[in-house]
Amino acid sequence: MPVEAVKKEKDTSQNWVAGLDELERTPVTETRLGRLGARLWSGTWPKVLALVLVIGSWQLLFLSEWKAPWVLPSPLTVWEDLAAYAATPDYWQAILITLQRALTGFALSVLVGSVLGIAVARFKPLRAAIGSLITGLQTMPSIMWFPLAILLFKISESAILFVVVLGAVPSIANGIISGIDYVPPAWKRVGAVLGMKGFGLYRHVILPATLPSFVSGLKQGWAFAWRSLMAGELLVIVAGQGSVGALMQGAREFNDAARVLTWILTILFIGILVDAVFRAADDRIRRSWGLHQDR
Amino acid sequence: MTQTRTEARVADTARAPGAVVLTDVVKRYGRGPGAVTALDGVSLSVGPGSFTCLLGASGCGKSTLLSLVAGLDDISGGAIEHVDQPVAMMFQESALFPWLTVAGNVEIALRVRGVGRAERRDRAQELLETVRLTGFAHKRPHELSGGMRQRVALARALAQDASVLLMDEPFGALDAMTRDILHDELERIWREQHLTVLFVTHNVREAVRLGDQVVLLSSRPGRVLNVYDVEMDRPRRIDSAPVAALAAEITDALREEVSRHAG
Repeated sequence: MPVEAVKKEKDTSQNWVAGLDELERTPVTETRLGRLGARLWSGTWPKVLALVLVIGSWQLLFLSEWKAPWVLPSPLTVWEDLAAYAATPDYWQAILITLQRALTGFALSVLVGSVLGIAVARFKPLRAAIGSLITGLQTMPSIMWFPLAILLFKISESAILFVVVLGAVPSIANGIISGIDYVPPAWKRVGAVLGMKGFGLYRHVILPATLPSFVSGLKQGWAFAWRSLMAGELLVIVAGQGSVGALMQGAREFNDAARVLTWILTILFIGILVDAVFRAADDRIRRSWGLHQDR
Repeated sequence: MTQTRTEARVADTARAPGAVVLTDVVKRYGRGPGAVTALDGVSLSVGPGSFTCLLGASGCGKSTLLSLVAGLDDISGGAIEHVDQPVAMMFQESALFPWLTVAGNVEIALRVRGVGRAERRDRAQELLETVRLTGFAHKRPHELSGGMRQRVALARALAQDASVLLMDEPFGALDAMTRDILHDELERIWREQHLTVLFVTHNVREAVRLGDQVVLLSSRPGRVLNVYDVEMDRPRRIDSAPVAALAAEITDALREEVSRHAG
C-alpha cells in the first residue's frame, strides 16, 4: 500500500473513533451559573418559608398569653437580646470555648474512630468481639455517661471530652466499617491484578473507596459529639470557663428566658452551619464520583 | 485443528517471553462429594505475540481459566507456565476508580510498580495517546462513555508493561458499533506492542474476527474441545464472508456441545 493510502486509512479510523466519542458525550444544556442560581433558589425558599412559619407560630403563642412574658418572651424581645449580646465579647468568648471543646473532642473521635473502624473491619475476631458493641454504644444516650465521667475525672474538661469522644466514636467507626464492607469486589480485583497487596491495597483502593461512607459517618459523629457536648456543658460547669452551656445554665438561674432562647438559637445556628459544611463535602464527592442526580 | 496438534506445539513455545503454556490444568471448587470440577485437564499453548480467543458456553470455566493464568486463584492440578509475572488483565466492567481522574487511573498501575512521579505522568500521557483519549486526561471516569472507559482500562492494563494481556469479555457490555471500533483499536495496539493476548468471549464472530486461534471449550467440566486456526488476512471485518463461514462452523460445534447437556 502506498504511504498516502496507509495514512488515509489511519485518518479514517481515527475520525471514526473521535466521532463516536463526540456523539457519546452528554451535551451540557445549562450554564454552570444558571444551575447554581436555580440550585440556590430551590434550596432557599423552603428554608425561608419554614422560618416564617416557626416565628409566626411563636408570635401567636406569645400573643395568646399562654405563659407569662418573662417565661416566654416574644420573638422580637429575643432578637433584641441576641443583637445586644452579640455585641459583647462574652458572647463570642463563650462560643469560642465551646467550639474549641467540640473540635478537640471531634478530632480525637476521628482518630480513635478511624483506627477502631479499620481494625474491626480488618480482623474477623475483633469484629465478632466488639462489632455489635459499637452499634450498641451508638444507641446509648451519652448523657448517662456523665455520672461516671464526673467520678473518673471530677468536674473538668476531661470529663466533658470523655463523653464527647464516647458519643462520636461509634458513628465514625461504623462509617468506616460499612464503607470497607461495601467496596465493590471489582475494584479489589483490579487492585490485585495491578499487584497491590495488604497495605498497598488499603491505601490505593479500599480507603479511598470508603470515602463517601466515611464522610457520612463523620457527619453523624459530629451530631453526636455536639449533642454530648451540650449536655456536658449544662452538667459539668468548669469554674472560670464561661462556655455556652455554662452561660445558658446561668441565665436559667436568673430566670432570663430571653437569654436562654438566645443561646438555643445560637446553638441551632451553629448546628446548621456545620451541617452545611458536611453537606458541601458530601456533594463534592458525589459530583466527582458521578453519583449525583440533579435531573 | 485437533488437540494433538496443540500438544505438539507445547514443546516449541515453552519458555519464550510472552508465551503461556497450560498443561493438564485442573480446577476444582470445594472438597469431597460436593466438589465441582470447573476445568478438567486443559492443555493449551499460546505463542508469544499471538492472539488467542477462548470460546465456550456458560459453565466452561473460561473466566476461571484467566483467573488462574493471572494468579488470582490457585490451580488444583497441572501446571501453568509463563515467563514473565505478573500479567496484565482487563474485565467486562472497566472498574475505574471514581476518585481518580482518567490519567490518575492509568498512573496508579505505574505507581504500584514504583515508577517516579514525572515519568508516571509522561507514560500515562503516552498511553492515553495510544488509546486515543489524549484530551480526556483530566476527566473523571463517569464523564466518559462505556467504550471510552474500556479504553482507559486498556491503557491501565498496558501500563503494567506485561507482555501477556488477559481480557475477560472486555467488550461484552458494549453496543455493536463501539465494539467494532474497539476490535480495530485492540488489533492495532496488539500489533504495535507485540502483546500476547488471551481473550475470553462468548461471541463466536468476535472470536473469529480477533483470534489467531480460537479455542473451543466444553462446559461442565471445561475441557478443550477443539482449536481452530484462523488463517485470514488482517485487518478482518466482523461482517465479512470468511469470518461468517468459520463462525458458523464453530457455532455448530458449540451448539452440539450445549445440546449434550439437555435433559
